[in-house]
Amino acid sequence: MSYVRPSFRHPQLPANELGLTRRDYEGSLSTLCSGCGHDSISGAIIQACFELSIPPHKVAKLSGIGCSSKTPTYFLGKAHGFNSVHGRMPSVATGANLANRDLIYLGMSGDGDSASIGLGQFGHVVRRNLNMIYIVANNGCYGLTKGQDSATADVGSVSKAGKVNPFEPIDLCTLALHQGATFVARSFSGDKDQLVPLLKAAIAHKGFAFIDVISPCVTFNNTPQSTKGYEFVRDHIEATGKIDFVPMKSEITAKYEPDFTHEVTLHDGSVIHLYKGDKELDVLDRRSALTAIENHKEAGRFLTGLLYMEPENNDLHDTLGTTRKPLRDLNEAELCPNNHALQVINDSLR
Amino acid sequence: MKPTDITNPEYFHKVVDCQYACPAHTPVPEYIRQIAAGRYSDAYMINWESNVFPGVLGRTCDRPCEPACRRGRVEEQPVAICRLKRVAADYKDDVRTRMPKPAEANGRKIALVGAGPASLTVARDLAVLGYTCHVFDGQSKGGGFMRSQIPSFRLPETVLDEEIGYITDLGVVTHYDTWVDSMKGLLERDYDAVFVGSGAPRGRDLPGLPGRTEASDNIHIGIDWLASVAFEHTTEIGRRVLVLGGGNTAMDCCRTARRLGGDDVRVVVRSPRAEMKASPWEIEDAVAEDIPIYDNHVPKEFVVENGRLAGMLFEKVEAVYDEKGKRSLVPTGEDPVFFPCDDVLIAIGQHNAFPWIERDIGIEFDEWDMPVLSRKTFQSTNPKVFFGGDAAFGPENIITAVAHGHQAAVSIDLFLRGEDVERRPAPGFSLVSQKMGVHEWSYDSAVTIDARRVVPHADKDRALRDRKLEVELGFDPATAYEEAERCLNCDVQTVFTDKLCIECDACVDICPMDCINFIDNGDEPELRQKLRVPAHNQEQDLYVSGPLKTGRVMVKDEDVCLHCGLCAERCPTSAWDMQKFLYTVTKAGSVCAG
Ligand SMILES: Cc1cc2nc3c(=O)[nH]c(=O)nc-3n(C[C@H](O)[C@H](O)[C@H](O)COP(=O)(O)OP(=O)(O)OC[C@H]3O[C@@H](n4cnc5c(N)ncnc54)[C@H](O)[C@@H]3O)c2cc1C
Ligand SMILES: Cc1ncc(C[n+]2csc(CCOP(=O)(O)OP(=O)(O)O)c2C)c(N)n1
Ligand code: SF4
Ligand code: SF4
Ligand code: SF4
Ligand SMILES: [Mg+2]
Repeated sequence: MSYVRPSFRHPQLPANELGLTRRDYEGSLSTLCSGCGHDSISGAIIQACFELSIPPHKVAKLSGIGCSSKTPTYFLGKAHGFNSVHGRMPSVATGANLANRDLIYLGMSGDGDSASIGLGQFGHVVRRNLNMIYIVANNGCYGLTKGQDSATADVGSVSKAGKVNPFEPIDLCTLALHQGATFVARSFSGDKDQLVPLLKAAIAHKGFAFIDVISPCVTFNNTPQSTKGYEFVRDHIEATGKIDFVPMKSEITAKYEPDFTHEVTLHDGSVIHLYKGDKELDVLDRRSALTAIENHKEAGRFLTGLLYMEPENNDLHDTLGTTRKPLRDLNEAELCPNNHALQVINDSLR
Repeated sequence: MKPTDITNPEYFHKVVDCQYACPAHTPVPEYIRQIAAGRYSDAYMINWESNVFPGVLGRTCDRPCEPACRRGRVEEQPVAICRLKRVAADYKDDVRTRMPKPAEANGRKIALVGAGPASLTVARDLAVLGYTCHVFDGQSKGGGFMRSQIPSFRLPETVLDEEIGYITDLGVVTHYDTWVDSMKGLLERDYDAVFVGSGAPRGRDLPGLPGRTEASDNIHIGIDWLASVAFEHTTEIGRRVLVLGGGNTAMDCCRTARRLGGDDVRVVVRSPRAEMKASPWEIEDAVAEDIPIYDNHVPKEFVVENGRLAGMLFEKVEAVYDEKGKRSLVPTGEDPVFFPCDDVLIAIGQHNAFPWIERDIGIEFDEWDMPVLSRKTFQSTNPKVFFGGDAAFGPENIITAVAHGHQAAVSIDLFLRGEDVERRPAPGFSLVSQKMGVHEWSYDSAVTIDARRVVPHADKDRALRDRKLEVELGFDPATAYEEAERCLNCDVQTVFTDKLCIECDACVDICPMDCINFIDNGDEPELRQKLRVPAHNQEQDLYVSGPLKTGRVMVKDEDVCLHCGLCAERCPTSAWDMQKFLYTVTKAGSVCAG
């Protein structure tokens, strides 16, 4: 088995604005199972960061435990990273973000990590609207511990172990919508054409951006009767519409057919185009997103694509009125205001 | 695009860049792997089968394979294919027992004119089938130009003798010191077919140049002079020597002159240095022996003083190109340059001459006085007569002569069996999976990033004192192993089975070279443009699958694939497999299927 990737690269590899190639956004050679959906998500993250010309050192990758949580090792090798305890990635992300708001926080989690052990943390990080991208690589099982059904497994789904899952699944998108997430999307690891622009939009979005990515576990949950296997997903997938992300600095050059439904301008001036879309769904209306998800579920379909977004919102820093600067950049005078400042505070509490 | 038909052997043949570029289609990666495994005799026999003269070619081949080598598209330098071939020859065991035995005589007799590589190849291919082969050469020993032209410091005689021996051991009858002066006479004898491998034996001269006749004692035609040195009729030359010409013959002339007493040897060439015909490595070796090269100098006059050559005058020119890129050499207007010298060697090209072939015996000649031949069969307009090597289409090189020889042998065999020579039996090929375990391959799939190894040279002072001392020392086994490891195994093909693919993208993500794409189908120019890295190298094909579940197709650009097998390792369903492809050129004795 190969444990290193040859260091040769295509001699005509395109470079981005920073002069970096896609290869500069890679990490170590993945040790996940061959064909694991999670590797495709890593590939999509590499592609999105490359296309957005993000300096790798401006990203902090955070994760919990699971095959999915291992993936930060396999992308953005030059970014910061913290592989935390099972289900506790949100609190580490919250702490890091409060200390330094200048980084891009990319949380990588699994359905076990977020919907089972980490469900409590997940709910809180959503309701606080922490400015981060939160990705769940959702395979309906605990891949790392050999494929036990997870809390997102659908009723009736059968994994490799052969047992029919009897329990109601937790839909993390629905939960995120209920908890006030300001960006919610669902995608499929096998559809980079959709996932890459969604990731770019999520990165540009200010506030909590959640993407639930159905990501088949080829080893333990890719049976014909599993609702999270490649075959079933491809047969039952439906998109809210095609999505195009136009970064703030760029001119809009693409031509859209007249039936596009939405054009959403993000906080930073970037624009999302949704076209050839689902006419029922209004991505700026939370209730409409919830209804669309439920309607598709009833029809036995997965609804993927951008489900909801609220471009203008207050993230945790706005709410708490924290300092604009990363804590490490504060000088002594800023950290230890004089006695007068203390008196003012004390007086205000009398 | 239509799905690629990988059952057509020409598709994967083209992916093995070196083998495809080799005129004799030597299975290069196959023998390089044998060298890496220390199996030099096996490596030798693979070569011998294809190119007949591995020891000779491992030292002298023009190596069209190397500029074609994939490694040169991935990093700076190709694999040292040619010098690895020499390793096989240098370190093999006694291979005589592995050599084929001639079949029982089939009663057919063939005359071969010239004992150069072309004739010797025909003789080898046909002798093993039971044909009686009679080889004629005016020289006293076999080998043609390999013996008379290529200097011993590049090709020791022992190597040549050994490899010609393997052919004469097959019962080939040699008639050396026998000049054939009439084709008519030959055809009147009891030969069933005649092969002409007489080369391109005439060196060009500068007959019109002032002083040519007066100074003729000290002006020599390069190839005649080299032959005379090889057969030891000439043993010395003046101290100051001018060599005219920029091809390989000029390089051999100047280096030989250095060994025969020339201590001020200069090469003077009309064209700019960058356009010299000589191989870069030949130029390098000449320069390393303190031979300066003067480019953009056109010969004007042989200067004669007191009835003896005193030097030469040259006009300085510069190359000017028109819009179509056509070059003309325009005088700069400077004063002519004078180079004093004692001898001049003219090495400005060769041409064919067939004074011994009568023009009324059914062998048609064209306006350039070259025989009219089929490029495929090498048959002349007299069905009994075949040509090959330099005699066929003008001067080339040894490996081309060998390739011609193989094809002519196929034709002669078909002709004498009463078959249509135009209907060629198909080449052979096999495609075998290299999978040994889940992630195990039976070839060394890891890619080394090591740079090309340099072949060591003999000490210069010693080499210049001894005309026969071989300059290149060859790789030692350890270096040969390192160099062999650089080969990318381009014959181990990435074979894709569309019905097994679940489109998980694992191969796309892992491929270090961005070869693999899953996209909507289109016509070729459109697909080439749409790939992850657009496929601009039109010489390399796209491998396109049938439609997949999502309606897309897999498109792989073969251009810079490392054959590392990572795609197949990552594929959860074995839709990708690494399969070794072995292409064997049609050999004499093969029959058409059906
Ligand atoms: C100086 C020089 C250096 C070269 N170096 C290289 C090199 O490094 N690598 C390389 O690949 N190629 C090299 N070549 C080219 C190569 O030698 C030839 O292309 C090749 O030998 C051609 O092979 P052939 O079988 O067609 O004929 P030749 O090798 O030319 O053999 C023809 C033979 O036919 C004989 N002959 C001709 N007419 C008659 C007749 N009527 N009767 C009897 N005998 C006859 C000649 O005596 C000669 O021996 C070199 C050529 C020259 C001139
Ligand atoms: C506190 C704690 N409890 C349990 C475990 C065992 N464990 C490791 S990974 C995992 C589940 C991972 O599932 P998921 O997040 O879906 O990741 P996947 O491997 O499926 O990508 C569990 C239960 C642990 N590592 N730590
Ligand atoms: S066990 Fe499943 S989730 Fe884990 S790496 Fe393998 S395929 Fe991926
Ligand atoms: S890398 Fe090896 S197989 Fe590929 S072209 Fe070069 S020598 Fe031939
Ligand atoms: S063998 Fe496969 S992974 Fe390796 S370079 Fe070729 S296509 Fe890419
Ligand atoms: Mg999971």
